[in-house]
Amino acid sequence: MDFSILTYPFMQNALLSAFLGGIACAVIGVFVVLLHMPFIGVCMSHAAFAGALLGLWLGFDPLIGAFAFSLGVAAIVGPLADRGELNPETSVGVLFSLMLGLAFLFMGLMPGPKSQALELLWGSILTNTRSDIIVLAVVAFLVVGIVLLFFKEIQATVFQRDMARSVGIPATLMLYGILFMTGATITASFSSIGGLLIFSLILNPAAAAYQLTYSLKRMFLLAAAFGVLSSWTGLFFSYLFNIPSGATIVITSSVIFAIAVIFSPKRKVKRWQKKLLVEKAS
Amino acid sequence: MNAGSLHNYSIDIENAVVSYREDVALRGVSLKVKSGEFVGIIGPNGAGKTTLLTIVNGMGRLLHGQVSVLGYTLTNGNGHSLRKKVGYVAQAQTIDPRMPISVREVAMIGRYGRLGLFRRPGKHDWEIVDTALDMVGMTHLARRPIGHLSGGEQQRVAIARCLAQEPEIFLLDEPTASLDWKAKTDILELVKRIHDARKLTTLFVTHDLSALPIACDRVVLMKDGLIRDEGSPGDLLTDVKLGQLYDMPVAEVEKRRGAAALA
Repeated sequence: MDFSILTYPFMQNALLSAFLGGIACAVIGVFVVLLHMPFIGVCMSHAAFAGALLGLWLGFDPLIGAFAFSLGVAAIVGPLADRGELNPETSVGVLFSLMLGLAFLFMGLMPGPKSQALELLWGSILTNTRSDIIVLAVVAFLVVGIVLLFFKEIQATVFQRDMARSVGIPATLMLYGILFMTGATITASFSSIGGLLIFSLILNPAAAAYQLTYSLKRMFLLAAAFGVLSSWTGLFFSYLFNIPSGATIVITSSVIFAIAVIFSPKRKVKRWQKKLLVEKAS
Repeated sequence: MNAGSLHNYSIDIENAVVSYREDVALRGVSLKVKSGEFVGIIGPNGAGKTTLLTIVNGMGRLLHGQVSVLGYTLTNGNGHSLRKKVGYVAQAQTIDPRMPISVREVAMIGRYGRLGLFRRPGKHDWEIVDTALDMVGMTHLARRPIGHLSGGEQQRVAIARCLAQEPEIFLLDEPTASLDWKAKTDILELVKRIHDARKLTTLFVTHDLSALPIACDRVVLMKDGLIRDEGSPGDLLTDVKLGQLYDMPVAEVEKRRGAAALA
């Protein structure tokens, strides 16, 4: 096999982006899985997409639009999720469809060719520049640093927010911090992976890790490893078969999830519980 | 510090009013609890029992009145440091069996508030946690994922978490609801033992009337956001008073309590 491709700067940039994005997204995914908020994450990533398109249409930096929109959604959804007083899924559903609607509205209003907009939709990791990588690196360091620094507060918050609050942990602040990091991560990585696909790189590696361990520390490490593995393997297949990298990355991460489910020790627990139930019933 | 500590009251609530949106949860409640007292709180659903507990640990928002706990006068938003000294056990909650956190780690969360930001639990903290788990009889399950335990075992771990917190006040909000009869009596006995051993001030919300005389120094009857009556369990847990509290004819109360005693 010819590895000379690795000497090309565009490929090095892509590998580095995949590494940083894979880690940041997977770590965020751990929160998304444990806080049971996958729909909020989907909503935020589509908001980022709409915001970026608004930037493209009106001529300001799409990154700023993406960040502002995803944080805007977090600001609306966060209080609903925190109070837990009404089922947030309905409002999130409305918001989600609104974001998708806005995205296509901005795309429709945009004059001229739509290739740049479509690039945001599918992602283009192979055209990543140094500045894209710097943004990704800053966000990845921020996310990993915050997890290391606030590990115990995060652990308590994702376990039971009310209980965390009752022992004096600022659980509400933690929740908003997590939503803020989610927005930042989506913004930094969605031009590489694509607005429609970014969420699977967040959810799938963490969901796979969730199947395999009962330790939160290991879940973070496994998720990050799966994130990088998905991104690199996806990139490799994309190069090999000349197909869009966003798609191959997402498909790889889904395959990893499927394998994790098959080998999950937690499924055995379920089977064991079922067996007990059957014994009790008979 | 202030009047609270002078009179040796751990909890001093004066005319507290709390409201959630349209509902008034407390309509002017006053309650003084001495240090070391074990107070049982009973009343129908929606009486404001849980709200009463949340204003003691600074999580509820006061519209009116004054609450002083362990010498702190609580205002909205300053309950943060107080909460580290107040242990709170809620009703048994469903925990995802796949949740990646062990029994020992859950108990350690009790130490987190005291440790504060940026500090990791040390050897001393783990020793406290292990002692607490031993006290509630959960040492043999310490390394298990929390979600694999039964409801009663999970409540024991919640109590161990409070113990690890080394609180001065112990708040229990129907800790035995949804547990079976044996788990109920076990938990009650455990709470009483801990109350005595650690010289805590305890507020215990329960629907289990048979539990009250065994454990409580004093019983508070609540209804519609007000305290209707308080006194010793013997004086208050009469069929007449319970009939008034639950809007039920005395004969019916008598019949049902008789049936419950036989069960």
